[in-house]
Amino acid sequence: MIPAEFKYLFPSSVDEAVRMLAEEGEDAKIIAGGQSLVPVLRMRLAAPTALIDIGGLTELTGVRDDGDSLLIGAMTTHYEVQRDHLIQDHALLLRLVTDTVADPQVRHRGTFGGSLCHADPAGDLLAPALALDAVMIIAGPSGRREVPAAEFFVDYFETALGPDEILIDVRVPKYTGWGAHYEKLNRVAQAWSIVAVAAAVQVSGGSIAAARIGLTNVGSGPVRAVDVESALVGQPATAEAISAAALKASSGDSYKDNLARVLTGRALTAAVAG
Amino acid sequence: MTATAEPEIGKARLRKEDARLITGQTRWTDNLQLTGMLHMAVLRSPVAHARITNIDCSRATAMPGVAVVLTGEDFAAEQGSLPCAWPITEDMKSPPAPAMAVDQVNFAGEAVALVIADSAYRAADALAAIDVDYDELPVVLDMEEALQDNDLVHPDLGTNKCATWVFDSAEAGSGTNVEDEIASAEVVIERTFRQQRLIPAFMEPRSVVVDPHADMFTVWSATQIPHILRWMLAAVTGIAEHKIRVIAPDVGGGFGGKLQVTPEELLCLLVARRMGRPVKWTETRTESMLSAHHGRDQIQKITLSARRDGTVTGLKAELLADMGAYLRLVTPGVPILGAFMFNAIYKFAAYRFVCTNVFTNKVPTDAYRGAGRPEATFAIERMMDELAAELDMDPMKIREMNWIKHEEFPFNTVAGLTYDSGNYEAATARAMELFGYEELREEQARRRADGSAVQLGIGISTYTEMCGLAPSRVLGALRYAAGGWETASIRMLPTGKVEVITGTSPHGQGHETVWSQIVADRLGVPFEDVEVLHGDTATSHKGMDSYGSRSLTVGGTALVHAADKVLAKARTLAAHMMECDESDVEFAAGSFSVRGTSTVRTLGDVVLAAHVAHDLPDGMEPGMDADATFDPDNFSFPHGTHLCAAEVDTETGMVKIRLYVAVDDVGTVMNPLIVDGQVHGGLAQGIAQALFEEAIHDEMGTLTTATLADYLVPCAADLPGFITARTETPATSNPLGAKGVGEAGTIASTPAVVNAVLDAVRHMGVRDIEMPCSPERVWNALQGRAADASAPAAGGLGSIDSQGGQS
Repeated sequence: MIPAEFKYLFPSSVDEAVRMLAEEGEDAKIIAGGQSLVPVLRMRLAAPTALIDIGGLTELTGVRDDGDSLLIGAMTTHYEVQRDHLIQDHALLLRLVTDTVADPQVRHRGTFGGSLCHADPAGDLLAPALALDAVMIIAGPSGRREVPAAEFFVDYFETALGPDEILIDVRVPKYTGWGAHYEKLNRVAQAWSIVAVAAAVQVSGGSIAAARIGLTNVGSGPVRAVDVESALVGQPATAEAISAAALKASSGDSYKDNLARVLTGRALTAAVAG
Repeated sequence: MTATAEPEIGKARLRKEDARLITGQTRWTDNLQLTGMLHMAVLRSPVAHARITNIDCSRATAMPGVAVVLTGEDFAAEQGSLPCAWPITEDMKSPPAPAMAVDQVNFAGEAVALVIADSAYRAADALAAIDVDYDELPVVLDMEEALQDNDLVHPDLGTNKCATWVFDSAEAGSGTNVEDEIASAEVVIERTFRQQRLIPAFMEPRSVVVDPHADMFTVWSATQIPHILRWMLAAVTGIAEHKIRVIAPDVGGGFGGKLQVTPEELLCLLVARRMGRPVKWTETRTESMLSAHHGRDQIQKITLSARRDGTVTGLKAELLADMGAYLRLVTPGVPILGAFMFNAIYKFAAYRFVCTNVFTNKVPTDAYRGAGRPEATFAIERMMDELAAELDMDPMKIREMNWIKHEEFPFNTVAGLTYDSGNYEAATARAMELFGYEELREEQARRRADGSAVQLGIGISTYTEMCGLAPSRVLGALRYAAGGWETASIRMLPTGKVEVITGTSPHGQGHETVWSQIVADRLGVPFEDVEVLHGDTATSHKGMDSYGSRSLTVGGTALVHAADKVLAKARTLAAHMMECDESDVEFAAGSFSVRGTSTVRTLGDVVLAAHVAHDLPDGMEPGMDADATFDPDNFSFPHGTHLCAAEVDTETGMVKIRLYVAVDDVGTVMNPLIVDGQVHGGLAQGIAQALFEEAIHDEMGTLTTATLADYLVPCAADLPGFITARTETPATSNPLGAKGVGEAGTIASTPAVVNAVLDAVRHMGVRDIEMPCSPERVWNALQGRAADASAPAAGGLGSIDSQGGQS
């Protein structure tokens, strides 16, 4: 299909990109991997006056070790996340979630940061970012600022990112040695989740020392299952304890509420086993 | 010329067309670039039912690159009405079907204005600048409500009822009276099934280019039916048929969705005539889903009568079929094609079929892979399972009791057809063996006893269908406007190479490969020496095109006859050349010889002699070309047994197909690789109806599944590995013994899957689940909750802008 006319800009640094955003005004849009934005443009659901393509900003790609945490460049593709050893060792949940994103073509183009900024509550990467206490590092006209995931996701397709700001890095604390699992229910492989549950669990001496659980597509943004997390801490890593805690994932009787409970139980069971 | 060593027929040849199709070396309609070409973009109604009170084109007309903006008013005098070739009854209501709405729109997606511009981009830009005022009318969506005639789709018709078509075995003399059978039955089962609306979703969007030059119009279109299209364009526009040339170049899929004379084809032609310049239109995916015809959409009320021993005595099918807003090429006839298939492979004493066609404010329906037959097969195969459950009998046992035995062929059915051949026992035995039926039943019992969260179900579909559309006299009797013959020509070139011209119009089937195999065998020429020409009315001047699994059984037979004509003439000339009596001439492996001698002339020698014509027998015309047209005496009847093992996760409602076995009897197989491909693709589409696909409209009549993110076409990752096998009972109605395979997988698989799903959860109190059996529907059924057909869920370009089919 055919998008409406737009101006195309290709900055060579983050600062230049920020300057371009300011110059082009509110109707300009950053394009990263384009896997969400391009379909929207093609269907003319959006018609930005300018696209600022940050695909040339190589400083935004790759994963770095930053002591107690990892720094994931916003332009790191899903494919790169899947194959990164630091992520494998210290943020296994992210790799497992990323494995389920769309299809191989999309994973080669789509970016970690782009998915977070698009903020589709059915998108896979929001729930683990929230569960793992990720912090967004944002560049704007007045410098850098940091926003925790819990404050970053505001509503459907809405983040704390200002119109003149760019997400450049995501800081993820290390979860070395934690078990993890992403339990996703979708109707066909390339469909969005009906509901999915991202779980990371730290087991020590047969009992659960800590748990991080995020739910995909049960609200206007990712949802942290704090009641389940707290119910698990100190419990033995048994099927009974997990089943009891998983019931706290949701209290309603809708289909999605049921899925939240069932899939939380399954995600935790697999995370503990893995 | 060298003879082929082993028979071509039966060989798993790679398709000769594939290299150009998959490497981008072919030329699709949208690839055509003509000098001075204009581009057409279509503005479509966002509302389902409204009067058009005003259209303001002034802003759009002034935009850069725009040549003209046209509305229905501009075409009112010349656009006529799009053709419906199948008036199923004498009193059928048929509303005018303008290519572009003039003063009223009747479905969301109907064309209301065109922009003609110097680029596709500028044409698309200008669409947004056209202002249309609509005065909305009540929207008619539900068939049962439509029949109350409170609000009318077409007020001038006075009713939403299009037609009622009846077959009754007592009246036809093919069986007893079904009401008597029901009244005296030991068991009566009544069920209502919904055949959801589907979208054909061919891969290549529709595209049209029209080039007017001098007084000729050349029309390229991504169509299944170039010959019918030419005829109909002439009939609708009044342009003389010999001044229209239609070319269907390589076409990327159709599934019946391109068996149509579309508004856009007609509009491109009219615009090209008006502007005197070439015009191109290529649709977007969403346009395709909003305006290309849909399929299925029936409500089936089925009554089955039986004895307690499992013998079925009668079947009554009462259907409502949604036409949508207009009757397209064969819209009203699609459900009627199913009328002959509800009795399937069984011997029922009585049968009655009543179908009421209904207008609604939705996209018109028309042929979609199987066209009427999948609906019929679904209904009867579901009913056989219901009867088995009611009588607590094994569902395969109950089928065996009722089916036609192999020694009973040819068999005259209660629906009035004659099945020429078949062996249901053999196909079933093979399928049961490949499936491991008994072991799976044991596992099922174990899981039920354990109360396992994941239950196992086994689904059966023992199907037949009618292919090879169609004997012309039958089509005439059914009031169809055309014949069902097919034609083929063979041109023997002086170097011994062969050109085949076929009236069929392949759009993915592999005709070039199989037609070459047939000719190579028949004439003893190498496979590589045959070129197959198709889809251009200038080279292939007549034909009835491709649909209804007809191409091989009808078109392939015409080709055999043409080859035999070539050989007959060649034999006469060979006898003349070898100075012997024709009765002493033998033909084998591409060479003629005189019986008992070493005298030989290859076919190439004879063709060259015919071409130079220096020494021909008296009265023989030069050349060795031949034409043949074949009109079948009967349909062909593929059959088979499909078995599906499905796991149902009772906690989430998710269905997973664990094992799928398809044993098909499609008669003699020309190319097993192509047959397997057809079966795999057919299974995917049939399973998609069972589990994934559904066109959903909101209460305003807006299609909410208008992208492939909302309309869930499965991919390879969503389907199991299929186990396919074949039995071969040759058709007796054509010399190839072929029965057709284009639709079999689609027809057979839908009930196999749904039967498996229900078999998994029937012991938990579930008796029916509407298609598609989505996880939410299955879960709701397990909770004893009513299915909510339109539960909004995540989809589209995110989770809030759509109420599509994601959950």
